Amino acid sequence: MEASRSQNGHNPLQIAVVAALSLILLYGVFALYLAGQAVIAVIVLAITIGFAIIFGSNRFYAQRFIFPGIAAIILFIAFPVAYTVYIGFTNYSSFNLLTFERVTEVHLSKKVIDEESQRPFSLVQDGDSYQIFIKEGEGGYLSEPTDFAAPAKLSAAAVSEVPANPLKMGEVVKLRGGLAQVEVVLPDETALRNSGLRSFASVQQEYTQTEDGTLVSNLDGSTLTPDQSQGFYITETGEAVAPGWRVNIGLDNFRRIANSKGIRAPMVSIFVWTVVFATLSVGLTFAVGLALAMVLQWPHLRGKTAYRILLILPYAVPAFISILVFRGLFNQNFGEINMILEGLFGIRPNWFTDGGLARLMLVIVNTWLGYPYMMLLAMGFLQSVPADHHKAAALEGAPAWTVFRKITLPQIIPPFLPLLIASFAFNFNNIVLVLLLTRGLPDIPGTIIPAGETDILGSFTFRMAFMDSGQQFGLAGAITFLIFLVVAALAYANFVAMRRQASKRAAQ
Amino acid sequence: MIVEHKSTLRRQKFIAHAFLWVFIALVMFPFLMVVSISFREGNFTTGEIFPQNPTLEHWYLAFGLDYTRADGTVVTPPYPVLLWMWNSVKIGLIASVGIVSLSTISAYAFSRIKFRGRFALLDSLFIIQMFPTTLALVALFAIFDGLGEVSPALGIDSHWTLILTYMSGITLHVWTIKGYFDNLDPAMDKAAQVDGASPWQTFRYIFLPLAVPIIAVVFVLSFIGVVNDYPIASVLLRSEDNMTLAVGSRLYLNEFKYLWGDFAAAAILSGLPITVVFLIAQKYLVSGLSDGAVKG
Repeated sequence: MEASRSQNGHNPLQIAVVAALSLILLYGVFALYLAGQAVIAVIVLAITIGFAIIFGSNRFYAQRFIFPGIAAIILFIAFPVAYTVYIGFTNYSSFNLLTFERVTEVHLSKKVIDEESQRPFSLVQDGDSYQIFIKEGEGGYLSEPTDFAAPAKLSAAAVSEVPANPLKMGEVVKLRGGLAQVEVVLPDETALRNSGLRSFASVQQEYTQTEDGTLVSNLDGSTLTPDQSQGFYITETGEAVAPGWRVNIGLDNFRRIANSKGIRAPMVSIFVWTVVFATLSVGLTFAVGLALAMVLQWPHLRGKTAYRILLILPYAVPAFISILVFRGLFNQNFGEINMILEGLFGIRPNWFTDGGLARLMLVIVNTWLGYPYMMLLAMGFLQSVPADHHKAAALEGAPAWTVFRKITLPQIIPPFLPLLIASFAFNFNNIVLVLLLTRGLPDIPGTIIPAGETDILGSFTFRMAFMDSGQQFGLAGAITFLIFLVVAALAYANFVAMRRQASKRAAQ
Repeated sequence: MIVEHKSTLRRQKFIAHAFLWVFIALVMFPFLMVVSISFREGNFTTGEIFPQNPTLEHWYLAFGLDYTRADGTVVTPPYPVLLWMWNSVKIGLIASVGIVSLSTISAYAFSRIKFRGRFALLDSLFIIQMFPTTLALVALFAIFDGLGEVSPALGIDSHWTLILTYMSGITLHVWTIKGYFDNLDPAMDKAAQVDGASPWQTFRYIFLPLAVPIIAVVFVLSFIGVVNDYPIASVLLRSEDNMTLAVGSRLYLNEFKYLWGDFAAAAILSGLPITVVFLIAQKYLVSGLSDGAVKG
């Protein structure tokens, strides 16, 4: 640190660069705020201030190295995690997607056509410009010419005769876009708008906003009252009118999970399956990986390098490709696996429509994908088991299985433990596998939200938020919060196991 | 070993090799099938390992070329595989460069500069690392949906959005590189300090060149991680032309449009480069994997 102290005084270039970047960021903050993204604006503002302080002052020299990384983690991991939890307490969904202001605008922009004022019209072309003729009795009104390029108010004057050569219907249809933009004002100040392919009519706003925020209908005087606890405008009879806006609904999502049987029942079964799936995946990949590592470690075996390369292939090939390949191979009708099974045993299992078989398939594919990782790690850890121990045990006449259980396993489990916990956490949220292989299908019958037999919690929320038309972000956020609790417990366990391992190493 | 007889040893060797051969046959089965399928006619045919009428149709389509069948019908490629590949490579390279720079610089500070809160920060990084970004997708979607109103480059369906999201995945790599730096001799930075080098200069001229092997490992690992991602990309990307391979490949095996043969050729074409890179680098990757995970 001595070196940094010697650079006293500020470099003018440094100040200029920091100031310029801060200004750019501040502009971003302002733009975010204007776009209605106040929360993100505050976070970016905090990062801007942090940036200006850390890079502007020489006191925080060390922090400059970690600032970019930490800022990225806060913005794109920590904040989204916190924001997901927050969304769990809101009604954010495809019904409550907008802000209150936008919803009000939507209602205020609704138009109603006054049927009585409806009149037929025709168009008269004159070079590049057109005149709108609105029929009234024997004659009618002819508007000033327009080229339909921009929205316009056209005043019309009374004429006594119908124009001789009106445009054909096909031509009128082509000008639809332009017609929608213009308003024709008759001599008595009535404003008419295009209300159909053949007619113009006076069009009025459906609702007018009163001072207390209620919307009053211009047709029948009925009212819409904003209800900030539900995020909807409510009619006099208490019905909610779509669209709604996002509001905080407290623990309602969690209550729904706890009270609604259509959600609770599948969720419990999905949770149990998630734990079973993660446990089986870790157990099987560990067992297969360790067995292969021990065979490969055998001193008398030749051709180790070739075996090793072939055995890690499933790890080397991108997982999304392998998973999709299995999706095809397991196909019931023309998949290669069923062809072989039929040839050998005369069976054609329904891998994708039978819940139990679909789960079995998921575990098989995941073991295939995951064992090389365990094998590679086990090969490393096995090397650190002293060979003398094995030799001594062999001299004593101990059977191989006892040697493995009493000597090898106890020595490799402790360093393996943090990695096994991490692998459990990974498989607990292994939504790539589920989404690509089965998409959670087949569906559990009798649920009110999409829930499948092979869904794990992560894919269940993913489908609820992004693959269901309801886009129930709020409910998905609430369930994700529950997943976070599990992950946090796992993370802590992993942390403790790793610490223990590190201190053991330090003691050696 | 001392106690073994020659004949039992020979038997054991035979069993070991047989076991490995059977296992490798199981592992290789899907790959061999895919190669065979990519040369079969049509998208539904089942059949023998060596197709009777091998055709290059699926390969033409995978490379984005029209294929004229024997009966004169012209088949056009269903999806832009090469474009998806380019998207994947582009996003993967930019994001990996970002990940490597951010994590190397942070790891150096965590390993060599003493500042307050260092250990607390490191521990929180370790905990945060366990929370996969895929769990916060709902929030990420909402955030980028909002940012898109400020600048479309940061909105949904932009590659920059995806790159920024991936670049935050540095936590594990910081730990890996820090473990590597911790093992470097402290005498080196002492010497540099005596010569009047600032921490930045020590990093730039001493640690960075020494870190090239671990940087290569982290680069390849993060590149593979980015290219393999499905959930994040599938939520943040929308239009077909913007998709990455992982998102696009899913379209081939749609329930309503099942293109098994076309998929096989596209899968080999896109999977092969990554597999080869991985196999070449595997020795180094493996040591990086276990080192970073355990060192405290």
